[in-house]
Amino acid sequence: MASVELNNVCKSFGSVEVLRDVNLSLEGGEFIVFVGPSGCGKSTLLRLIAGLEDISAGELVIDGERMNDVLPARRGISMVFQSYALYPHMTVFENMAFGLEQAKLSPDEIKARIAQAAEMLQISDYMERKPRQLSGGQRQRVAIGRAITRQPRVFLFDEPLSNLDAALRVDTRLEIAALHKRLADTTMIYVTHDQVEAMTLADRIVVLNAGNVEQVGTPLDLYSKPASQFVAGFIGSPRMNFIGGEIAASQGAATFGIRPEHIDLSRKKGQWKGTVRLTEALGSDTFAHVDTETAGMVNVRLAGAERIGEGETVFLTPQPDAIHLFDDAGRPVRKARAA
Amino acid sequence: MMGAASDIAATETAAARVAKASRLSRQRIRSAWLFLAPMLIVLAAVALYPLYRTIWFSFTDASLDLLGEARFIGWRNYLEYVDYGNGDGEWFGLLADPRWWRSVWNTVWFALVSVSLETLFGLVIALVLHKKFPGRVWVQAAVLIPWAIPTIVSARMWAWMLHDQFGIVNDMLQRLGLIDAPVAWTASPETAMIAVIMVDVWKTTPFMALLILAGLQMVPKDMYEAARLDGVPPFRLFRKVTLPLIMPALLVAIVFRALDALRVFDIVYVMTPNTDATRTMSVYARENLFDFDRFAYGSAASTLLFFIIALITIGFIYATRMNLEGDER
Amino acid sequence: MTAPAWLKTTGFYLLVGIIVLQALFPFYYAILTSLEDGQALFEVNYLPAVFDLSNYRSMLSDGVFGKQILNSVFVATVTVIISLFLAITASFALARIRFRGRGLLLLTILSVSMFPQIAVLSGLFELVRAFGLFNSLWSLVFSYMIFTLPFTVWVLTTFMRALPVEIEEAAIMDGASSFTIIRRIFVPLLWPAMVTTGLLAFIQAWNEFLFALTFLSTDSQRTVPVAIALISGRSEFEVPWGNIMAASVIVTLPLVVLVLIFQRRIVSGLTAGAVKG
Ligand SMILES: Nc1ncnc2c1ncn2[C@@H]1O[C@H](COP(=O)(O)OP(=O)(O)OP(=O)(O)O)[C@@H](O)[C@H]1O
Ligand SMILES: [Mg+2]
Repeated sequence: MASVELNNVCKSFGSVEVLRDVNLSLEGGEFIVFVGPSGCGKSTLLRLIAGLEDISAGELVIDGERMNDVLPARRGISMVFQSYALYPHMTVFENMAFGLEQAKLSPDEIKARIAQAAEMLQISDYMERKPRQLSGGQRQRVAIGRAITRQPRVFLFDEPLSNLDAALRVDTRLEIAALHKRLADTTMIYVTHDQVEAMTLADRIVVLNAGNVEQVGTPLDLYSKPASQFVAGFIGSPRMNFIGGEIAASQGAATFGIRPEHIDLSRKKGQWKGTVRLTEALGSDTFAHVDTETAGMVNVRLAGAERIGEGETVFLTPQPDAIHLFDDAGRPVRKARAA
Repeated sequence: MMGAASDIAATETAAARVAKASRLSRQRIRSAWLFLAPMLIVLAAVALYPLYRTIWFSFTDASLDLLGEARFIGWRNYLEYVDYGNGDGEWFGLLADPRWWRSVWNTVWFALVSVSLETLFGLVIALVLHKKFPGRVWVQAAVLIPWAIPTIVSARMWAWMLHDQFGIVNDMLQRLGLIDAPVAWTASPETAMIAVIMVDVWKTTPFMALLILAGLQMVPKDMYEAARLDGVPPFRLFRKVTLPLIMPALLVAIVFRALDALRVFDIVYVMTPNTDATRTMSVYARENLFDFDRFAYGSAASTLLFFIIALITIGFIYATRMNLEGDER
Repeated sequence: MTAPAWLKTTGFYLLVGIIVLQALFPFYYAILTSLEDGQALFEVNYLPAVFDLSNYRSMLSDGVFGKQILNSVFVATVTVIISLFLAITASFALARIRFRGRGLLLLTILSVSMFPQIAVLSGLFELVRAFGLFNSLWSLVFSYMIFTLPFTVWVLTTFMRALPVEIEEAAIMDGASSFTIIRRIFVPLLWPAMVTTGLLAFIQAWNEFLFALTFLSTDSQRTVPVAIALISGRSEFEVPWGNIMAASVIVTLPLVVLVLIFQRRIVSGLTAGAVKG
């Protein structure tokens, strides 16, 4: 059970500060997902933990031991890269054995560990192949296998599924979830762009924004109690509607937020009157973009079977207990009593 | 600047914190120097130290057999005014030697003409090789052959072909009715330089063609297709689209070749030994170093040649702001 | 601008023909000459008239020329091996480790490859004599580093930069030291690049003339370019052109074969050395 702690960690490249005072405390065996917009510093944070980048300031502590100056390989960490980073000239077996050889394990031990990992990931059949003779999904599994054999305390994934096609991505996601169950002692840190991956895999999600930690919490926490307008907008798909002006002001806030799935639509009456401009039917859901008189463009989710014509006049009513209010700095505002 | 400075101060002297934290990368940097050391030591021993000694010798009276006893004599190898005492006097030294200036001129002329011709022919060959046609690979292989032939061998091969009595070139030209009597290509002062340039152009055009071809292949194809759809005539297309795009590659190739041409030695030494018409700076320097036993004087010539080439190189690097760091990740 | 298509095509292939002819003819003519002897030598022939190997026999039977070929092989091979060995670690540092002064260092290395050899000749001559290497092949192995080393470092650095960083990072995570990374990861991956670079360096060393002319003084020590340059007759009319051409063909043929085999590699190596700078 390896806990990971980051205390006031900062990272600068030259004069550019990429991470600012990051404080995180991860429990052993936890599955943590880093999400955030592109360029916010997710990979950098992961690479700091791995030891591939220097920590400019602050402390990294694993299992109570300060790790800033410890060699990457001595941190008990394995990493799965986005591009897999398999050694192209080595067979699958050699790829998996390389790290173990460096650790001076006996050949028998190496064979045993590789066999075990290979079986777990169902790659035993291609042990003698070179990476270029494998499909994308197989390569990904070899990369994971290589990481497993080292029996790390902490497992790092940097967008491991982003090179796979949609179907394979779902399968592999499920496999990673299963892997986490099997390796219950191993702390996993996982970087992704994909909301679904984040929500389904994570015990807790860390939302990063421009080098700052915006919020840490369970997926449902982030969804229902976002700590900032940024998190509210980032978590949940499609995005939460943000409405400013009179409506927000009447509630004593700068911004009024409501998710598309928390708005009731009626053809007869409701709080906001508007015209349907565009509908997107996804089968399971239908989304209607409604141009309202008072609240601007608002996106509403309807049941998949519901049909609504573009140009129709409709009325929208936000569900009162799903309203989020933010001040002009994006901080949440205590909810005012219904106006 | 001021803003940045106070920012850093505000965030608790970031510099101090950085210095403290980067033990791992310091280790890595140390290993970098360790990896570089053997190469740097060899290069220093084989380039820097000898260069320094050459420059030193140029300020001494060293002679071939008495290198150890060389004494410092200042600028006398370069320029010296000897006063004959009767109000008369004479300038001596490299800078007052008309043969030196002749060889400087020869070298520059050689470089100018041969590089221009190589660029022109290289461009033509590159444009041909850039087209797809059956047997292209074989043509490219054929083009490479002159490049692979040792300079000395090409010099002698051509010397034979240009032979005044039995040479095939004279024979061809006579058959074609271009000349009436055989020409002594390498022996006569008027044609010696032409002969040397011809061989150099023949031998190095492939190199030029390859570099230009590489530049051409980096030009995106759709650029041509778009221009062709717009009905741009081929020559205009070349001048307005292709040429500007391959200019960087072309410039690099020209400078590489020019620097190479300025130090030319082999061809001249083998094809046209001992003639004022073709003597280049390198030939002049070596002559003095080893044939005329004027080691210090030859060193002075070498030194001057070095600085001329260095100046050109530095000028080029500044002019093009070559990106040497490469792509930072 | 509106020439008929067939005229354009003919013109193009005519150009191709001229290019191929000018490239091949001198070597062809050298082979032709080398197979002639006696009177045939002094008649201009465009097509093979006789087939006489006596020039080759006389070059190869006198022993010295064979020794000179071995000298060249030895010098070029050893030079290339040492250069590659020194260059592979150096280019790892230059391509993969960020440190202050790296740009300047690359610049210096590049400029050394531009050094006019004559500029170091006096100093090298002194060194060679001081180490007692005069008239020894090692003087060439040593002095050839001045052009093979910057070249190999430069080209290998370019190739090494093109390899994905993540592979190296994976190896770091696997606990490999920098030296292990070079040996187990980069050398196997760069093997083709090293062959190319080595081949090009070999050709440079094989063809070098100025140092070989200066640092070697006896016939049996000489390398082939010097040997060929120094073949002469007692008078202008006794120059053994047949022998010279035979020797030329012997030293050139292996290079031509190599070039034909490794054509694509050579092209990529040459352009990596120059264009990407
Ligand atoms: N080696 C580096 N030198 C300078 N800046 C860097 C370096 N590596 C990353 N950065 C900068 O740090 C910031 C964070 O980069 P990082 O790769 O961590 O983003 P990310 O959140 O992983 O983005 P993405 O989702 O696109 O992968 C970016 O602005 C990037 O430009
Ligand atoms: Mg990233």
